[in-house]
Amino acid sequence: MTGTTQALGGIKVVELGGYAAGPHAGKVLANFGATVVHVESHKRPDGFRLEYPPFKDNIAGINRGGCFAFFNDSKYGVTLDLKKAEGLELARRLIDWADIVIENMRPGVVTRLGLGYEEMRETNPGLIMLSTCNMGQTGPRAHTPGFGTQLSSLAGFCGAIGDAEGPPMLLYGPYIDFIASLMACAAILAALDRKRHTGKGCWIDLSQYECGVQFMAGAMFGYHRDGTIAGRNANRDRVAAPHNAYQCENDRWLALSCHTDSEFAALTRVLGCPDLADDPRFSGVADRHENLRALDAAIGAKMVSRDAEATAVALQEAGVAAYPVNTVADLFADPQLNARRSWRPREHGEIGEQNYLMPGFDLSSTRGDVTRAAPLLGGDNRIVFEDLLGLDRQELDAYVTQGALH
Amino acid sequence: MRSPGCTAGCFPWHGQAASLVARATASRPDRMLDGYKVLDLSGQLGWLAGRMLADLGADVVKVEPPAAELDDADWRALNINKRLLRLDPGSRAGTRVLQRMFTAADILIETARPGDPDTAWLAPERVAAISAELIHVSITPYGHRGPRAGWRGSDLEIMAAGGAMALAGEPDGAPLRISVPQACSWAGVHAAAGALTALAHRTAGGGGQHVDVSAQASVVVALAHAPTFFDLLGEIPSRAGSHITGRTVKGAVYRAFWPCKDGHINFVIYGGPAGRRTNKALVAWIRDKGLPLGPLEDLDWDAFDPKLASQEEVDRIEAPLAEFFRSITKSEFLEGACAREMLGYPVSTVADIATDPQLEARHFWQDLTLHDGGSERHCGSFYVVDGLRPGVRNPAAAANAGSAAILEDYGFSAEEITAFRSHDEEVAA
Repeated sequence: MTGTTQALGGIKVVELGGYAAGPHAGKVLANFGATVVHVESHKRPDGFRLEYPPFKDNIAGINRGGCFAFFNDSKYGVTLDLKKAEGLELARRLIDWADIVIENMRPGVVTRLGLGYEEMRETNPGLIMLSTCNMGQTGPRAHTPGFGTQLSSLAGFCGAIGDAEGPPMLLYGPYIDFIASLMACAAILAALDRKRHTGKGCWIDLSQYECGVQFMAGAMFGYHRDGTIAGRNANRDRVAAPHNAYQCENDRWLALSCHTDSEFAALTRVLGCPDLADDPRFSGVADRHENLRALDAAIGAKMVSRDAEATAVALQEAGVAAYPVNTVADLFADPQLNARRSWRPREHGEIGEQNYLMPGFDLSSTRGDVTRAAPLLGGDNRIVFEDLLGLDRQELDAYVTQGALH
Repeated sequence: MRSPGCTAGCFPWHGQAASLVARATASRPDRMLDGYKVLDLSGQLGWLAGRMLADLGADVVKVEPPAAELDDADWRALNINKRLLRLDPGSRAGTRVLQRMFTAADILIETARPGDPDTAWLAPERVAAISAELIHVSITPYGHRGPRAGWRGSDLEIMAAGGAMALAGEPDGAPLRISVPQACSWAGVHAAAGALTALAHRTAGGGGQHVDVSAQASVVVALAHAPTFFDLLGEIPSRAGSHITGRTVKGAVYRAFWPCKDGHINFVIYGGPAGRRTNKALVAWIRDKGLPLGPLEDLDWDAFDPKLASQEEVDRIEAPLAEFFRSITKSEFLEGACAREMLGYPVSTVADIATDPQLEARHFWQDLTLHDGGSERHCGSFYVVDGLRPGVRNPAAAANAGSAAILEDYGFSAEEITAFRSHDEEVAA
């Protein structure tokens, strides 16, 4: 897993925590060659292992969860009982070995365990620790627990989905966690570069809420500048009209947008209704905005009997932005994602073959990869503690006997 | 460049020695990417990537044509902390200047459409031929290779292509995007991580390389574990409107949004330790307020497993919660839930976020003074390091004042800068 051709080969990462934000950051680093060790315990396994479906054959099991596996490929998995002195001792040895610790427990938990940044840097002075939680490590609500699914509401996303007159709507899953995980990767890698030049480590405090607000930065600026409230407005756009998803045949949908009059004219030609471009209700972009409902109805009527894929191809050839609305199933057949090899099937000990997702970037000479399926609970204890950490067999057996690896 | 890389003779135009390239002008040792030069030629797909690298301490030069209007809220929000260079990349002279800047830059960010003849000079092999040390980040709607690499896409099409729209909206309604565009940010955050992954390789002794960012593939990451339902079970998760799906083996849906006095609250009945603690605390809160508990009175939360509940059970349990939520405001819920260590958040508007005391306490907002004496409030750096949030520098409002300094930092001679500026003034005239 530390092939010299990978960008992050030789970088050692330890993860304390679970669910999405911390583990997904580690996964991305692992996809580019970092050696990443995910720490759990039998008493407190990663919450994604048992609390969230889907499970292999719909039967819950500690190593049967597709959700856990999806965010933990390319890593090693170990178990350490941090309530036991021997377990903590081994955790310290593991952190001393590491360049980077990613932890997403509630603020103060790692410090109470004796694994906080200040304590660990005494024996590992160049350590980079990234702590990520809902609110950040400080502030009046620092200790609020929370899930990303709901934090997406606090950061303004859910209030920005749906009709202006209707209720807010959910995003699927902990949307905001993945904003934080990618920002975590960037911060960690910047810190790593400084460490390589200066030897200096650091403690990075990443608030998932603040990361999410960065995705609203323009809307926040608009509010601060002139009080503009960016509310929900279905699929409408400030500039483009039409700008919507239209139902096609076989219950597929097609998203398209026309940003200029010539794009709109091209759309009407592809749909076989060039007279629409001359209709005074639709002739200029301001007219189209004013008569948007009628415009959507006219386009919708043409679309229902059309094939979404073929229409997208025809529109693109005519210079109009269009793409079928991919369902989750469609994503596995998408020609563009498949050309990138976004999905990488790997064989998991209990789940069998599962498709893992590559990040949205790849490198030309040190390509990323899914180097192995997600670990079984504690499945790599021997590899990590003997091969990576250098314990001899008797030493590790003594830890096992003491219950440190439970 | 901070790292060794560009050596003497790597300027193909004038044969100047690399020693003419100025090192970082001021040492800022607390900044992680201190001394790295980022050349940002991007459109909106790349703005956040450059902003993040700037927040991490790199010297980011944002290039914009002389006539470009820069008042757009998104432009301003995502291009502060960068230095502005007014130059037309499409002109022959502009292209030549930028190509020469490649030799001194560490990272190039651009968003040219693959295959577009007007931007052929940004093709990966042509950029690599100028500097093998440069990390060249291309951000495009669908990625640089593949059958649809040249396809057009704005936020809407990218969100559709990435699967996000199919998962947002009412079950019987149209797929929806988030009204505040997101695709560019997803691409940007992946691009920043990708650029720094490539930088790690270069610092370890490798060369530069091309980083191919697909906005579509970046958006797929936002779907969390939705793809695993299809992959493992052949199920296709769909949009659930204001409800939450994918949490039960019986297909029951839980309510996620509850009308309250001044908007909506996002609350879901969860399992697990945090969920059980939350559910018990909420029942205690309802009891404290003297509101009816109904079936919640006798519910044993330790025995209740949300993933096994039927729709009928879910509906029965949720009825008294609705009445409780109608009786409180968003901020009452936020404070009360925090004090009780409960899960759940109000549905904030930008106005709520702007006045959130948590962000204030963490010095999240940065007020920048403009050249005309006015001020702008921006999101600060996205992280805190060793207890401090790095400050944001250089309001990007400056017109052409910084061009000479930028070009000097990139190794241009005084004569060349004068020539460039007079050309520029001609263009402006």
